[in-house]
Amino acid sequence: MSSLAELRTGHRARVTRISGEGDISLRLMEMGITPGVDVSVVGCAPLGDPLELLLRGYHLSIRKSEARHVEVEPLDADHQ
Amino acid sequence: MAIPNASSPAPTAAAHAQITVALVGNPNTGKSTLFGALAGVRQRVGNYPGVTVEKKLGTMLHDGQRFEIIDLPGTYSLAPRSPDEMVAVDVLLGRRGEVRPPEAILSIVDATNLERNLYLVSQVLELGLPTVVALNMVDVAAKRGIEIDVDLLQQRLGVPVVPIQAHRRVGVAELKAALASAAQDPAPTRTSPFPELFRQETADLQAELDKGRSEPLPRYLVERLLLDSGGYVETAVLGTNGHAARQHLQSARARLRDAGMPTPAIEAIARYDWVAQVLEGVVKHPSEKRVTVSDRVDRVLTHKLWGTLIFVALMLVLFTSLFNFADPLMGMVDGAIGAGASAVESVMPAGALRSLLVDGVIGGVGAVVIFLPQIMILFLFIAVLEDCGYMARAAYLMDKLMVRVGLSGKSFIPLLSSFACAVPGIMAARVIENRRDRLTTILVAPLMSCSARLPVYIILIGAFIPQRDLLGGVLGVRGLTLFAMYLVGVVTAVVVALLLKRTLLRGETPPFVMELPSYKLPSPSIVLHRMVERGWAFVRRAGTVIFAVAVIIWALAYFPRNEQQVENYLDQQRVALQAQLAELPQGDADRAAIEEDLAALADPDGREHMKAAAQQRHSFLGQMGQLVEPVVKPLGWDWRIGCAVIASFPAREVVMGVLGVIYNLGSEVDVGAEEDQSRLAAKMRQARWDETGERVYNIPVALSIMVFFALCAQCAATLAVIRRETNSWRWPVFAFVYMTSLAYVGALITYRAGMWIAG
Repeated sequence: MSSLAELRTGHRARVTRISGEGDISLRLMEMGITPGVDVSVVGCAPLGDPLELLLRGYHLSIRKSEARHVEVEPLDADHQ
Repeated sequence: MAIPNASSPAPTAAAHAQITVALVGNPNTGKSTLFGALAGVRQRVGNYPGVTVEKKLGTMLHDGQRFEIIDLPGTYSLAPRSPDEMVAVDVLLGRRGEVRPPEAILSIVDATNLERNLYLVSQVLELGLPTVVALNMVDVAAKRGIEIDVDLLQQRLGVPVVPIQAHRRVGVAELKAALASAAQDPAPTRTSPFPELFRQETADLQAELDKGRSEPLPRYLVERLLLDSGGYVETAVLGTNGHAARQHLQSARARLRDAGMPTPAIEAIARYDWVAQVLEGVVKHPSEKRVTVSDRVDRVLTHKLWGTLIFVALMLVLFTSLFNFADPLMGMVDGAIGAGASAVESVMPAGALRSLLVDGVIGGVGAVVIFLPQIMILFLFIAVLEDCGYMARAAYLMDKLMVRVGLSGKSFIPLLSSFACAVPGIMAARVIENRRDRLTTILVAPLMSCSARLPVYIILIGAFIPQRDLLGGVLGVRGLTLFAMYLVGVVTAVVVALLLKRTLLRGETPPFVMELPSYKLPSPSIVLHRMVERGWAFVRRAGTVIFAVAVIIWALAYFPRNEQQVENYLDQQRVALQAQLAELPQGDADRAAIEEDLAALADPDGREHMKAAAQQRHSFLGQMGQLVEPVVKPLGWDWRIGCAVIASFPAREVVMGVLGVIYNLGSEVDVGAEEDQSRLAAKMRQARWDETGERVYNIPVALSIMVFFALCAQCAATLAVIRRETNSWRWPVFAFVYMTSLAYVGALITYRAGMWIAG
C-alpha cells in the first residue's frame, strides 16, 4: 500500500482509501478521487509540484501534500 | 444572508408571464457561452448583497414566452463551505429575496467528461425542480470517438437531455423549447443516490428540525446538514434550532458511521456509484486510447524545459504589450482629454465653472478612462488565456513558487498583471476561490510597481541620480535605482503576504485541487464579450469613486479664491527677490535663478504661472500641505512635496503635474514630454526651503519620494476596485492605512540612511 504522491510519472494505480476528514479529502472526493477509481500520473510541474493526474477521463492537478491523503494500489505501468 | 423561504412559489399565472431558470454547471463546460447564446445582450450584472458573488441575470424570449435566466457561478459541487458558496444553493432553493425562486433548472454538462459532470447533476436532481440537461460539446466528444446514447441517458436521468454546441449555437432552439415545456410540467419525483438508511436518517432529522418552523426545510439542506460536519450550512440553518436538534444531528452522524456510511465520504461514494449506474451502456469510449491534440499540446506546454520557456515568453509578451500597446492608446486618450479641455476653455469665460469643467469634470473623467487601454488589453489577454485553457496551466506551473509566499499558483497572473496596473490585477483575482488567498492577493497587488509610478521614478532619477556605468557599462546606477524601486515593492509584497497569512487571514491551507481543462481555440465573441464586460464593470463601479475624488481634489486646489491676496503675495515675492539679488555678489551661481524668477514676474505668461503657484499655495490644498509639513519633514520633504502627495491621491501620476504648478511651470506641464520633464527637473533642483533657504532636493530626498510612491496607496481607482471586489469598505481602508504607513516608514528609513551615508 502506498500513497499517490509516491506514484511515478506514467504509472497507474487504483485508489483504495482517502485519509483525513478535512476540506482537502472532501474536495479530492468531489473531484472524483474515490475508492476504486483508477488514476494515472501524467507528470509534474517543472518545479516538482503539483502533479498532473488523469482520472475519469479528465486531467486534474493536485499538490503532492494532497496526494499523500490518497492511498493507492499500483497497477501496471500505463504505456501510452 | 439567507432569507428562509422569503417568497413562496410564484402563482401559475405569473409563471406564464415569465419563467425563471437557474443555469448551473461545472467550470469549463461552456456555461458562459450558453448564457450568452440564450440571453444575448439582454444581460444585467450586479452583486448579491453581503457576499462577493456576481449576480448575472439575462432574459430570453421563446415563442412569446419570456424567460429570466440566473447564471450561477461555475461549481463542481453544491456543498457550501462559505457564505459565497451558499449563494448558489440559496438561489436554487428560492431562499434569496433578490432573485425570483427558479421554476426550472438548466444544468449544462461537458459531453467529453460526463462522469465528473454528473456529480453536480446528481445534486441538482435532488432539489426537486423541473430540470433540463444541456449536453454541450457533443462535437468534440464525437471527434474523440466518444459515443453517447442520449435517449438512454435521458431515460436514466428522468429529465430531458438536449445535445448542443453552445459556441456554434447548435441545439439552442431545442433547448429553449425543452425549458418551456419542462417548466410547465409538474416537478419530477426526487431521486436519491443514497442508501435506504441514509434516507431514513434524513427524514428523521427533517422531522426534528421542522418542529417550530413555519415552513419545512428543503430536503436538500437537511442532507447537507448530515453530510457537511462543521460546514457553512450548520451556521446558516441550525441557528433557529436548539440544542436538541444538534444532539439529534450528532447521533445521526454516529449511527451512519457505525453502519459503514461515514459522512462526508458517503456523499462522493454514493454519487459516483449512481453516476456509474447511469452511464452504464450510455457512453462508449473508443476501444483504442487516442492521444488527443489537447494531450499533445499539453505535453509541450507543461514540459519541464519547453513549458517553462513558453510560459516565460508568454508572460514577457503579456507584460511588454501592456506597456507598449497601451502607451499609444493612453496617449490618444490623454490627447482627447486635452482637446476636450481646450475646446471648453475656448468657448467659456475664465472662472470657477470653467475650471470645474476643465480641471474637475474632464480631469475626473480622464482619470477614469486613462486606465482603460491597459485594463482592456490585460482583460483581452486574460480572457484568451482563460478561454483556451492555459490559465489553469499557468497556475499549475507557478504553484510551487507561490506556495512559498503562502499563496497558490492562482495568484500569479493577478500579481503579474498588477505590474502594469493593480486595477485589472485585482479584478483578475476573482479566479481564486479561497477567500483568504483572494484577499491576500488583492491586498498585496497594489505593491507591485505599476506603470503609473514610472513617470515619478523617471523624472526623479533623471533629475537627481548621477549616470554612472557599472561593470563596464552593462549596468548603470540609474537603471539599478529603477530596478531597486520594483524590488522594494516585490519584497514588501512577499513580506506582507506572509504576515497576512499568519495573522489576519490565517487558516488551513486551502486545497489546490484544480481541473486542467482541455485546450481549445478561444472563441473571439466570448473573449471580446468578457473584455468589454469587465472594462465596463470598472468604469461603472470604480469610475464613480475616482470621478468624485478627482472633483474633490480639484475643489481643494481651487478654493478659496482671493485674487487680491495672490497679487499682494506676488508683489512681496518681487521685493524679496530684489533684496536677495542686491545682497548676492556679482557672479554668484544663484543669481541666474533669481533673475529668471524676476523676469517671469514681469512677463505676462510667467506671471500667470506664478499666480497659479501662489493660488495653489493659498488654496485648501496648499494649506493642507503646510499643515502636514511637520509630519513629512522627517522624510526630508517641504510642504510643496506634501501638497503634491495629497493632490496625487486620485492617481499617482498626478503628482508631477501638481509639482509643475507649484514650481511655476503652469498647469499644462506634460510629464510625458522630455522637454517638460527636464524643465521640471531643473526647477526641482533649484527649489529651496522657505525658512532656511537651503536646497530641498538631494539624492536622499529624491529616493525617499520614490520609495514613498513605490509603497503608498495613492490611487483612488485601486481602492475603489478593492471596495468593489471585496464588497466592503473595510479592506480598501485597511489597504490604504497599511500601505501609507509602510510608505512613510520606508521613506523615513531611506532618507535617514541616505543622509547618514552622504555624511
